[in-house]
Amino acid sequence: MINGEFIINTLSLGSLYALLALGLVFVYGILKLVNFAYGEYLMVAGYAMYVFGTFAQLPWYVTMVLAVLIAALTSYLTELVAFRPVRSKSLNAMLVTSFAVSVLLQNAAVLFVSPRSRAVPLPPAFNQSVTLLGVTSPLRNLLTIATAVVLLTALTLLMKYTVLGIAMRAAADKFTTTRLMGVPANLVISVAFIISGFLAGVVSIFWVGRSASVEPLIGFAPLLIAFIATVIGGMHSLLGAVVGGFVYGLLFNVLSIMLPASMINYRDAFMFVIVILFLLIRPEGLIRGGYTEERVG
Amino acid sequence: MLAIRELQASYGAIRALHGISLEVKEGELVALLGTNGAGKSTTLKSICGVLKPTGGSVEFLGEDISGKKPETILKRGISLVPEGREIFTSLTVAENLRLGAFSSYERGRYQQDLEEMFSLFPILKERFAQPGGLLSGGEQQQLAIARALMSHPKLLMLDEPSLGLSPTMVDLIFDLIVKLRERDTTILLVEQNAERALKIADRVYVLNTGTMEFSGTPQQLESELDIEAVYFGGADDSSCEVTL
Repeated sequence: MINGEFIINTLSLGSLYALLALGLVFVYGILKLVNFAYGEYLMVAGYAMYVFGTFAQLPWYVTMVLAVLIAALTSYLTELVAFRPVRSKSLNAMLVTSFAVSVLLQNAAVLFVSPRSRAVPLPPAFNQSVTLLGVTSPLRNLLTIATAVVLLTALTLLMKYTVLGIAMRAAADKFTTTRLMGVPANLVISVAFIISGFLAGVVSIFWVGRSASVEPLIGFAPLLIAFIATVIGGMHSLLGAVVGGFVYGLLFNVLSIMLPASMINYRDAFMFVIVILFLLIRPEGLIRGGYTEERVG
Repeated sequence: MLAIRELQASYGAIRALHGISLEVKEGELVALLGTNGAGKSTTLKSICGVLKPTGGSVEFLGEDISGKKPETILKRGISLVPEGREIFTSLTVAENLRLGAFSSYERGRYQQDLEEMFSLFPILKERFAQPGGLLSGGEQQQLAIARALMSHPKLLMLDEPSLGLSPTMVDLIFDLIVKLRERDTTILLVEQNAERALKIADRVYVLNTGTMEFSGTPQQLESELDIEAVYFGGADDSSCEVTL
């Protein structure tokens, strides 16, 4: 059962989930806010691909770049318009705001596009299969892994070796003290949202790529996966999110091949049982972060 | 340099400062003393922008800075070494210092500043690549001071730098403050260790439950005020009514 196909599938799914969880944790780390509008950044990117690909007839690579940029921009704008005004209030106010942003964006898609799903044109490469080391797998899976490797490396370098990265790590640790160093609060928060939206946009390409369609509620499942992955991996470090994403992918694939055909529909139920066990036995997740729970005001 | 007039601050409904006034002149070492809960840290927080004052004014170099953001006030030249040191524990010593220089970074000068910090705090050179969380309390305090100095502050504010340190470390920190003072750094020092602070301060203020009880030189304080009464309680109001 543990063969090349399984490994590539798991790495591909894990890569996707790791990027997904990372996007959620970037904002959580600094604002201590679980941004429930996160899935909608993914949806916006999906609709961007639909609009630019179907109506503007742009080449797929331009469409993809635009989609990712629009997701990052949407994330930044929600921070600017919705979250910044309530930031100094309570954390609950921000949480409710994130629900509001989520519902607003979903309904905007229903109103201005359609409640039904729309077909998204995809690059031909997405449906090709390649044989590598005797294993045949969809090229899309290999692209997912490659994208994750590139992005995780780039983000690691950014966080480790740039002042902005150091400041963001410091802000996740002690926000007020970071400001006392002269680091503008708005800067680190905006950058966190932009990176979060960027990751949602990248994931959207592969997420939408599976079904080649987009619908207003497409953001819910990825939000849930990102949330569960961070519960498994730990909400207090970026590493935790990545580990959680891969562990989620692994558990999901193991369940897929272990469960008898009659129970495969209950796969999600088993995943939730695992999450509950995690919450009971190791609520801080696999990776313990050294971060304190300081609220940003 | 720094002039605080009738400053008021509160935490929710609880008023912590009832209109205090305080002044720090260029090149001075001013000590702000008082018991727990007297409002010393609140004063520093109000100056550096962490806490928004509810009344009064904070003037720095002739400009009103009250209510401005912490990052703005840092840029104007006020740097705080916070109570409890507030080291970024998951960041290395090097990264802590790099952040300290966030607003003042210039490629050429940075290396020079680091060398200067290494000569003031030799331990930081040894620990340069280690996470801040692995440092001892005294080492963390040195890092906190070095980090604050990296921004080339015109006014350095220290909040309880000797708190929780071993006697030898306390000596080292106070020697350092004297050294910094000799380098013409203007310092506002908040301390519980009144005896040590009085020995090195040019002028001293005493806060008691949000009001300024005394301001003057350390000699005046020693002669006019029963310090023990302020510090260990039992001071009736008349014994504290010292004005200058």
